Amino acid sequence: MKSVELVNVSFTYPNGFKAVENVSMVINKGENVAIIGQNGAGKTTTVKMMNGLLRPTEGAIFINEENTKSFTTAQISKKVGYVFQNPGDQLFNKTVYDEIAFALRANKVGEKEIEKRVTEAAELCHVREFLDHNPYDLPFSLRKFVTIAIVVANNCDILVLDEPTAGQDLLEKKWLEEIIEKLNSDGKTIITITHDMDFVIRNFKRVLVMANKRLIKDGTPHEVFSDEETLKKANLKKPTISQLASILGLGNEITTIEEFMNKVGD
Amino acid sequence: MTLLELKNVGFRYQLSKEPCLRRINLKVEEGEFVGITGRNGVGKTTLCNIIRRIIPEFIDGELRGEILYKGKPLSSYSRGELAKEIGFVFQNPFVQISGIKKTVYEEIGYSLENLGVERSEIKRRIDEIMNLLKIEHLKDKHPKKLSGGQSQLVALASVLIMKPRLLLVDEPTSQLDPVGTEMVFEALKIVKGTDTTVILVEHKVDLISEYVNRVVVLNEGMVVCDGPNNEVFSNLEIENYGVEVPSVTKLAYELKSKGYPIENIPTNLKDAEIEFRKVLKI
Repeated sequence: MKSVELVNVSFTYPNGFKAVENVSMVINKGENVAIIGQNGAGKTTTVKMMNGLLRPTEGAIFINEENTKSFTTAQISKKVGYVFQNPGDQLFNKTVYDEIAFALRANKVGEKEIEKRVTEAAELCHVREFLDHNPYDLPFSLRKFVTIAIVVANNCDILVLDEPTAGQDLLEKKWLEEIIEKLNSDGKTIITITHDMDFVIRNFKRVLVMANKRLIKDGTPHEVFSDEETLKKANLKKPTISQLASILGLGNEITTIEEFMNKVGD
Repeated sequence: MTLLELKNVGFRYQLSKEPCLRRINLKVEEGEFVGITGRNGVGKTTLCNIIRRIIPEFIDGELRGEILYKGKPLSSYSRGELAKEIGFVFQNPFVQISGIKKTVYEEIGYSLENLGVERSEIKRRIDEIMNLLKIEHLKDKHPKKLSGGQSQLVALASVLIMKPRLLLVDEPTSQLDPVGTEMVFEALKIVKGTDTTVILVEHKVDLISEYVNRVVVLNEGMVVCDGPNNEVFSNLEIENYGVEVPSVTKLAYELKSKGYPIENIPTNLKDAEIEFRKVLKI
């Protein structure tokens, strides 16, 4: 089943600025994909159209094979959870608990069920000990985990994470990897925007590359990182191990330490 | 000459029970390029705010210890003097750019205009700084219509034009794409060759290891490692403090464990190339 389908989608902001041009893609149920590309390529605009925060000015978007045109943003947001790039765009309650419970309360979920879902989501996202804290008393990186807990608690089929790796340290990136893996193994469709190429290699089998408003490549990390032209167009750099392998003349295919070791062990 | 010295500096935010910084001892010599890294929440940004004196002037809490700038207490400088001495580049360039100037050229000169510097001198210094950072081609562009990397370069230029003795840069590339990130680091490398001393807070170890001379690792409000780049980053113990060793270093240890006779553990691409060519005979 198709989770997300974009058909010739374009978006022009009211000031006339065209941010996305003729993008088509299909993401199937249970897929875990990364969207990468230069700043200003149209990545955030594209994903904001997936949950109805923005509506395409041309083309159509289908969620679970239904055209989003006939649904309100509130209806779409029950299917597609979006974690904003900046948690400040999303947080406004006095405690982390109320923040995670907000949408559930709005959807008239019972308090007992809310408590269960909030606790579970907070546990998975490493913010359980902060449930009675004001989200703005937490550092930026933990605030981001609060916003992830919100969409986890909402139990949407599709989760969109907009730059979850920005500003995260080693341990927090491991938490993110665990969260993504758990949600994906529960059958969720996950779409992650990131600038962290090592994170992409470790966690995704499919990578969509955007540059200059368009989708320019759809492939495996190997296909993407060995395609010099795509990298150049999308302002991307090979991961350090790939750069080293190229410098040493070991070819374009190596992206990880394991692959490097296999190559020299040949 | 020692530019900055922190002696037993500690800080607790007003509403926190635990101190954020416990005991920081740090000496920065003029002309150094120091990278500060460590887990989130260990106090890196707090440390920057203490050096900028945002703490304790605008953020309440209990500050202990001594902070000396050019041998004198930091508190003895007026805010105006400090603004000229210590420059700060924000994490997010889009916040730093004023938004009231129509061209990059004017944006870069804005701080000097505020200081009442002569027009001809402002122009001379704008040209000088644009030339230094190789951004002359952006001169007539609108400051709000730049890519992420270009915006951060303009933010950096608008700070450097004040000729700060000390430049604090707090995770300047966390929002940028890989090429934008490299542009900013290349610009910082140029700054490294000037009189300005740089303190860079950053998580991206693969990048810090390519550019800085000295690395300071913070953990639980204290300095736990402090030394030359290749010493700190080749020490696997830093992983206990939530800091990854660079990927080329990891690879070197992997090769060593498989019996390859690695003598010098590299921490950057250039050293890795030399060492691996020797060992792998390629």
